[in-house]
Amino acid sequence: MSATTTTAETAEPAPVHAESLARLLVAGERPPRPNALRTSLTFGWRAMLKIKHVPEQLFDVTAFPIMMVLMYTYLFGGALAGSPTQYLQYLLPGILVMSVVMITMYTGVSVNTDIEKGVFDRFRSLPIWRPSTMVGYLLGDALRYTIASIVMLAVGLLMGFRPDGGFMGVAAGVLLLLVFSFAFSWVWTMFGLLLRTEKSVMGVSMMVLFPLTFLSDIFVRPETMPGWLQAFVNNNPVTHVAAAVRGLMQGSWPSMEIAWSLGWAALLIAVFGPVTMRLYNRK
Amino acid sequence: MTSSNRTGPWSGPAIETAGLVKTFGDNRAVDGVDLRIEAGTVYGLLGPNGAGKTTTVRMLATLLRPDGGEAHVFGHDVVREADTVRSRVSLTGQYASVDEDLTGTENLVLLARLTGHSKKASYDRAGQLLDAFGLAEAADRQVKNYSGGMRRRIDIAASILNTPDLLFLDEPTTGLDPRSRNQVWEIVRAVVAQGTTVLLTTQYLDEADQLASRIAVIDKGRVIAEGTKGELKASVGAGAVHVRLRDAHRRPEAERLLRRALDAEVEPEPDPVALTARVGNDSGDGGAVAEKASRALAELARAGITVDNFSLGQPSLDEVFLALTGKHEHTGATSPAEQTKEATA
Repeated sequence: MSATTTTAETAEPAPVHAESLARLLVAGERPPRPNALRTSLTFGWRAMLKIKHVPEQLFDVTAFPIMMVLMYTYLFGGALAGSPTQYLQYLLPGILVMSVVMITMYTGVSVNTDIEKGVFDRFRSLPIWRPSTMVGYLLGDALRYTIASIVMLAVGLLMGFRPDGGFMGVAAGVLLLLVFSFAFSWVWTMFGLLLRTEKSVMGVSMMVLFPLTFLSDIFVRPETMPGWLQAFVNNNPVTHVAAAVRGLMQGSWPSMEIAWSLGWAALLIAVFGPVTMRLYNRK
Repeated sequence: MTSSNRTGPWSGPAIETAGLVKTFGDNRAVDGVDLRIEAGTVYGLLGPNGAGKTTTVRMLATLLRPDGGEAHVFGHDVVREADTVRSRVSLTGQYASVDEDLTGTENLVLLARLTGHSKKASYDRAGQLLDAFGLAEAADRQVKNYSGGMRRRIDIAASILNTPDLLFLDEPTTGLDPRSRNQVWEIVRAVVAQGTTVLLTTQYLDEADQLASRIAVIDKGRVIAEGTKGELKASVGAGAVHVRLRDAHRRPEAERLLRRALDAEVEPEPDPVALTARVGNDSGDGGAVAEKASRALAELARAGITVDNFSLGQPSLDEVFLALTGKHEHTGATSPAEQTKEATA
């Protein structure tokens, strides 16, 4: 019993005011039902509040990306491209894609830890557009992806990354990455609802993410790989996104790669969105 | 996207279910429940852990899909018209249905926004609710730092934010100290006084006794008894007569005398000087029982049997509960803790 009555017992709550409560109930007018955008944004606001109250959770979008840039640039740079600075020009857009795509898995973890809590019952018993709870998570996560992108680009610029595409090219690249990550996150909302524990969500995420991010053109061009691997790498959505982001940041307009990235994004939402919502409704 | 209507044309029951079934694998958690709950009342769903109370409530609140039977809330089918049902009901779950990472204000504003209030109206309403619930000082603290009683309050505040027509309270006082419990009861009474129908689940008999006008006793997914408090009590007998004798060796004689005078079952208790008689199955009239009991005492006195202590107990819901579930489960339930008004002879 005492487990539920924790710390703050010292501050005795004030008594309940039955009369003002009664007045409130009588005065309570029901406003018209909010639309889908409004409820989604409200859930996005909830995600922001969570970041505000638990800022430690930004660790994975700051320290982790910095580590990735530093490690891979200096580890592979000399061997693969002659010098780290030269390699960085090729690597940075790709490693940005890799880091952000990897961070998407935390969506699944937070959905999974949240779903067990009573507050989900309340959300699910509200007369609102059903997917807005999930969209809210993803909107909050989009902020995290943006922070991660800015941090990595800042570190990259300090290390000598000089994108030919200028500010606009870089911004367009980041925007494309955000769109893809938003779509890709629906995979994790599905697993977050499907799997029983946080650990299994992490496990499955890693199984998917490692091959998907490493078996791409992020670190090296696919030409030196065996044919069967090239077949996978060239059709890997992460390759398309990395190539598109790289192209945009280098100042070109890789329309095919952009189309492939957006196509994959649409496909991911079309498949995993409904599955997520089905699981959400059935939970 | 129409604004919901507080007092619709519906004049039927708030809740009506027929043969409601929910199975989890082999377990028939809810096994054919029929309920009819009039609008504007507090209805108690009483049962032990795992009886199917929460599952029933979750189906009625559109959180679970029934596997069989039908359920209507204000005339709306909980499956086909789930969205309409959702606009009329509110749920306070067994565990706090608020976001523990957010503050009290943030929780209420979040829900006010989700129910369509403007930003300003949301903050206003949150502030007023926190005041009314005595939580003004804790408004800016994260709910995870609230005490159990405060959590319950913020939870109920969140549930009544939009003045629901039907409020589900799933074990609202489990784990609370007696004072917080009384305060929750006070809140429930205030909510009902405004015309909200309340479906309350509880394992505490005094809670159902205090709040509910009708009670369904539920066990193993079935309703095993239903009625007003009085009807339920009468169904197990009008009361129990407890007698303590001075001499243990006079007990067999006293037992015979009482059986004849009271015209009822008399059972010796483990205590060698005590006897208990269940009386009044026929009439359910407390006065007649008292009269019979005093005649029986006179008989004992005439026979020269000294009575040290005598009490006439109204059956508590406790007894009702054990009588019903005990019979049902064949657990051989031991004699219940009596809540009797003692009268020393």
